[in-house]
Amino acid sequence: MLAVLLGAALVLDLALVWGPTVASITLSFTDWNGISDLRWVGTENYQDIVSTYPPFQRAVRNNVLWLAFLALVATPLGLLFAVLLDREIRFTRFYQSAFYLPVVLSLAIVGFIAQLVYARDYGALNALLGRENNPIDWLGDPDINIWAVLGAAGWRHVGYVMILYLAGLKAVDPSLKEAAAIDGASEVQTFFRVTLPTMRPINIIVLVITVIEGLRAFDIVYAINNGRNGLELLSVLVTENIVGEASRIGFGSALAVILLVIALGFIVTYLVQILREDRR
Amino acid sequence: MTAVTSTSPATPPSTTGASGVSSAQRRKRRITPARIALHIVLMTAALGWLAPVLLAVYASLRPYADTAAHGYLSWPERLTFDYYIQVWQDAELPRYFFNTLIVTVPAVIIILFLASFVAYAIARVRLPGARVLLVLFTAGNLLPPQVLITPLYVLYNKLPLPWWISDSMSLYDSYLGLIAIHVAFQLGFCVFVLANYMRQIPTEITEAALVDGAGLWKRYLTVTLPLARPALAALATLEFTWIYNDFLWALVLMSSGDKLPITSALNNLRGQFFTDYNLLAAGAVLVALPTIIVFNLLQKQFIAGLTLGANKG
Repeated sequence: MLAVLLGAALVLDLALVWGPTVASITLSFTDWNGISDLRWVGTENYQDIVSTYPPFQRAVRNNVLWLAFLALVATPLGLLFAVLLDREIRFTRFYQSAFYLPVVLSLAIVGFIAQLVYARDYGALNALLGRENNPIDWLGDPDINIWAVLGAAGWRHVGYVMILYLAGLKAVDPSLKEAAAIDGASEVQTFFRVTLPTMRPINIIVLVITVIEGLRAFDIVYAINNGRNGLELLSVLVTENIVGEASRIGFGSALAVILLVIALGFIVTYLVQILREDRR
Repeated sequence: MTAVTSTSPATPPSTTGASGVSSAQRRKRRITPARIALHIVLMTAALGWLAPVLLAVYASLRPYADTAAHGYLSWPERLTFDYYIQVWQDAELPRYFFNTLIVTVPAVIIILFLASFVAYAIARVRLPGARVLLVLFTAGNLLPPQVLITPLYVLYNKLPLPWWISDSMSLYDSYLGLIAIHVAFQLGFCVFVLANYMRQIPTEITEAALVDGAGLWKRYLTVTLPLARPALAALATLEFTWIYNDFLWALVLMSSGDKLPITSALNNLRGQFFTDYNLLAAGAVLVALPTIIVFNLLQKQFIAGLTLGANKG
């Protein structure tokens, strides 16, 4: 029974996760379109992506922006909310629920809600800014729509980070903070020198989740405009090349592998951390 | 700001991790200007956070002609539940809810069962290569799904199934296929969380069972599994939300419109040339309700459960 269950889980993981990953890497060196014979083209796909595929650079730029925004704006804000709520105050349950609400919504729904807020002609934001007569096309203007979408993505990410840190803060030994206070440390000093470092495992998880969310981002732009016209992301380009009519599977796989390599950098860092903890 | 040492919830990290602050510990506190400022900041932020959702609810109650003429931020001419009736009946929402149920419930049960056992093997059995297993499962969950799409699509089309399991005669476009990828992809996360949790269970408890001569299977079922119940409850909530909200897998691995889960089906409410966003908002509100209800019911376990995966106590 032990072997059967363990084996079932392992087979499932290998067949549906790791096998396809290896297959994608292989396919990225071919020009397969789903029907033709497999033809080896070496690194041609990768060269084409870099030199003759304009959406790629925009997608990389957007992915980097996405990562930076989540890491430098949304994550610190989530941490701030967690710190503010991690004291016995009234209405804390209401505050928590409010900040966490967007997290339980699917990104597709967040995409729809974004349209109500940002729509050029009847959207709430233009009305709020009093720009009905000179409306800003928040989602249609390729120069600014990525920022509008980042606002929506951040709206969701803040709650996610908040709940993780709220859990982490509850587990910090209060005597550590008391000791710091007795030593004359201010509240801010105590937080940065004592509390934050002791939450190291959570910090790592938050960092990894931030990176993974940044690289996986897909649903929200897909729900808004299929990820075109300024909202290109690597994940969208992969899906478009593979699922779309073009069926350029080799090419799409090469894009996927680029995404994988970026993700692997962070995954490996994370796993090294787990193993180090494990050895203790 | 008040002194943090006296106001922080004084709960030492316990082995169960599920401890909250008892109401007996609460003390009456004086109202200070700092505290009022804190509430003003938090209340403003919280209302700002709720505003987009409230806007969606508001929009869903107004006729399209009304919002088209006056915008979404305006006083209503009249409020109506027409869109809810329309989306429930014409868009056949109940059918898609049922599709989601067929996929989500078995997937969550299988994930938790398999993951708890793998975690048990990793955490409690002296298994050679346990660490490699943990890394394999955890890393698998972190891969970008787009990397798997093509080979999975080909594989699913090549795997035949008898008609009584899948009317598409293959794993592609079948509920079973969707369940399988959810299980495979989410296993890693649950194994990671549960293995950490089970390690925190004092070995004296499991060893007592060992002395009694209980076998491996019995120790897992009667000792470890019941003790891991808080973690399992938290994971069940999380996994339910994630699988319920899935958009990509159904998009790639399903083709029949009438078999789509609710989150993906919602996208089909968008017309090719004309989209009635008020109708869409009504659909979005209905689709969001189950996850909001589940979270509010299990909010406490949720936070406790997240601590488990993150902290090694």
